Amino acid sequence: MANTGDSDFVAPPSRIGRQTVLAYLGVSGAVLLLLMLFGFLMRLSQGELLPLPPERFYQVMTAHGIGMVGVAGFSGAAVMWWFLSRAVKLSTAVLIANLALFLVGVVLILGAVFLGGFAGAWTFLYPLPALSGGQWGESAAATYLLGLLLVGVGFLLLYLDVARAVIVRYGGLARALGWPSLFGDETAEAPPPVVVISSVVAIINIAGIAVGAAIIAMSLVNIYLPAFAIDALLAKNLIFFFGHVFINATIYMAVIAVYEILPRYTGRPWPSGRIFLAAWNATLLMVLIVYPHHLLMDFAMPVWMLVMGQVISYASGLPVLVVTTVATLANVHRSGIKWDLASGLLVLSVFGWAAGIVPAIVDGTIVVNSVMHNTVWVPGHFHFYLLLGMVAMVFAFMYWLGKGAGATEGATDRAALLVFACAGVGFVGMFLYAGKESVPRRWAVHLPEWIAYDRIASVFALLVVLAAAVFVLRFLLSVGRIASAR
Amino acid sequence: MRDIAWITSLIGMAAVLALFLRVAWHASDAAEGSEAATAVTRVRAPLFWVLALAIVVVMAVTLGGLPYAAPREQTAEPLTVTATGQQWSWTLSHEGAAVGQPVVFAVSSSDVNHGLGIYDESLGLVAQTQAMPGYVNYLHHTFTEPGTYRLLCLEYCGFGHHDMPAEFVVTAP
Repeated sequence: MANTGDSDFVAPPSRIGRQTVLAYLGVSGAVLLLLMLFGFLMRLSQGELLPLPPERFYQVMTAHGIGMVGVAGFSGAAVMWWFLSRAVKLSTAVLIANLALFLVGVVLILGAVFLGGFAGAWTFLYPLPALSGGQWGESAAATYLLGLLLVGVGFLLLYLDVARAVIVRYGGLARALGWPSLFGDETAEAPPPVVVISSVVAIINIAGIAVGAAIIAMSLVNIYLPAFAIDALLAKNLIFFFGHVFINATIYMAVIAVYEILPRYTGRPWPSGRIFLAAWNATLLMVLIVYPHHLLMDFAMPVWMLVMGQVISYASGLPVLVVTTVATLANVHRSGIKWDLASGLLVLSVFGWAAGIVPAIVDGTIVVNSVMHNTVWVPGHFHFYLLLGMVAMVFAFMYWLGKGAGATEGATDRAALLVFACAGVGFVGMFLYAGKESVPRRWAVHLPEWIAYDRIASVFALLVVLAAAVFVLRFLLSVGRIASAR
Repeated sequence: MRDIAWITSLIGMAAVLALFLRVAWHASDAAEGSEAATAVTRVRAPLFWVLALAIVVVMAVTLGGLPYAAPREQTAEPLTVTATGQQWSWTLSHEGAAVGQPVVFAVSSSDVNHGLGIYDESLGLVAQTQAMPGYVNYLHHTFTEPGTYRLLCLEYCGFGHHDMPAEFVVTAP
């Protein structure tokens, strides 16, 4: 008999840990809503429905981009920590330190952008931070990079703690990744999915953040010592390695909610089988070597790396489509699941992830990338699997926590889910269609031929923001109840 | 190519949607235990092999003619056009070429990263490459239609990113 989910027996063992995760989610919800509003403003501005000066547009774009990357990592970490803390002994002090560093970093970044005028995009491609064309000063660029560095240090501490805790509990990362079961003894018991996925995330993000910190530090030096020049192509490689790994890890952390919560609705366990282990170990390898697909139009790159970028882009779709998607559908099919906000958002999220990677993989084809790269096709596919995938997983987690603490859901919540799903598809669909029509990304002012797409997208964006506001408000209203629930 | 990408993506996304709708439609039916799950899991192996085969075919078809070198069939000496990006304009060594004349754009930047996007008269993107300081990217292209092509920036480069258009006139042979 399927049940409707029951949260309290999988809450973190320490009260302070639970409260800190809830603080993560509260901050995430508020920041997410603000940044979604920024996105809506950008679409309005491109559609000439809001007079946003280009310099302000690019500042908003920078805040939206880096903020969304950060909040995705932050909220994903909340999901991971909540469940992982039941399996291994994590440090609450490190969790709190990451919260503090994140908040300080966010303040510095927002100050750099809206007070200092920094608008170097989240990618801060060298040497743009130092060469703004007279639009922002050294201190604004340095403050932005310093803020980013602090956020990175916080996350690095968190992932080091995850790795430490997993190694202590399982006797090594190889065991935590299920290698004995995968490569040796079929009867060996593999760690649960939350441990395997968290280990993957810790490994890739420690590497990714270390690389990101290196290029941030180099860029910082360059701002004040221009003679300290960096190879522009090397800088791009470092930035996209870091960016690719980090943003993918946000989905991996959030999908833990699917693995942990969905079985409670369907009554069907979701153990770490060999196919699951193979998929996640393959993902670990592929996510580290696929990043050159961001550089397919950098013709100076070694061609073998670009070909590898295309091949691995396609291969990396297999674990998602063949393993996670099929396993989700198998878990749900004729299970007697009771649909509510959490279960509905969870299934929607796996759909969003699986469907969103289709246009992403297509764009990873070099001959397609020649006519799609840096068009709005790119935000089309990543909004698909981040908005309708990763973010939906976090919202599902919020609702599941609320339900476990006795919070109720009503017609407004169900309507919000319907609006979120439909308007979300419309929103990303407009990006994809406009990308097919070659509309460039990151343009503050659009040509008259493109404005209709922006206006239609603005309507969808507004609906998505309203639906998300319902989700976040519902969580904030129930957070006290969750914090005190037994 | 853009239409192929669009239609391929639509078909792929629609297939995923159909799968989810079909399963979701029957998800809340009376629970059938693990047999129902096994029924879905059975598609995993064939799905893997179908997708793996599709990947091999796509690689074979698409990796043959990469844009990083001149096309093999090209025998005529190309016209070299240097294109240098700077905040916020393009400097071109030539203002145009003839239809059928192979052109190699030698693309670079004198300040930050830019992207050279070549747009036809209907605002369709026909080719692009990045413009990087310290590097020259060679973009080979042979225009097949006459017209006034627009060169737009495709890598964010600061506040004038959207406002650095240039033109390249392609004349009938």
